[in-house]
Amino acid sequence: MRNPNRPLSPHLTVYRMHQLTSLLSVVHRGTGVFITIAALLLVGWLMAMAAGAEAYATFNAIAGHWFGQLVLLGVTFSVAYHLCNGIRHLVWDTGRGFELSAVYRGGYIVVAVSILLTILVWVVAYAGRF
Amino acid sequence: MRAFETPLSRAKGLGSAKNGFHHWWQQRITAVVLVPLMLWLGFGIALQAGADLESARAWVAHPVNATLLVTSIIILFYHGAIGVQVVIEDYVHTEGLKAAGILLVHFACFLVAVAGILAVIRIALGS
Repeated sequence: MRNPNRPLSPHLTVYRMHQLTSLLSVVHRGTGVFITIAALLLVGWLMAMAAGAEAYATFNAIAGHWFGQLVLLGVTFSVAYHLCNGIRHLVWDTGRGFELSAVYRGGYIVVAVSILLTILVWVVAYAGRF
Repeated sequence: MRAFETPLSRAKGLGSAKNGFHHWWQQRITAVVLVPLMLWLGFGIALQAGADLESARAWVAHPVNATLLVTSIIILFYHGAIGVQVVIEDYVHTEGLKAAGILLVHFACFLVAVAGILAVIRIALGS
């Protein structure tokens, strides 16, 4: 029995995007999809390494290019954000932290920690070169 | 896992007859495991950034790293596949297109994961 008028998931257009809560929720999904695509880079890195010196050099040249670095910075932040906000979701799954003040506090903490994590990973990446 | 259902739905033994709850639970289990794995992977790769081929290969080939890499690839792509599936289910409302999209995402994730695992094995075996 199909009911075409059944309620559907709220679509993106119903939210006010300058609201932190819904923005963070949409970004969680967005980063999730982006990471799944970006995971191709991890596999690409491993495949280049397995293939040999030439392929590995090509991969490093692309990854080291300013645009490659920009994409990798985006990937780093996406993983950091999705990881931190994922923990926030897991806390919600236990039935805790639903007071509006807690939802906002958690949101700010997630944004701050994911920025810090991103910086830390890139400090480690560049420190290793010198 | 039925403990997470309402007493009524447990008693009725019915449901949507799809795999919603199973995926919901798998999504959370993989999420918990991915927290330490992705932290390890993020800093691990950062330490190999710009490394020469020999040292990068040595890092991947180390038994602990190779094991964690293969584990990460499997769990990461599984979490990604069922996550993207939820997004498709929420926003694609044409039945055929929805089914095709989900199938394609699952197959693509499987394929790329196999390629990644194979690469780790090749490096670990030194070929």
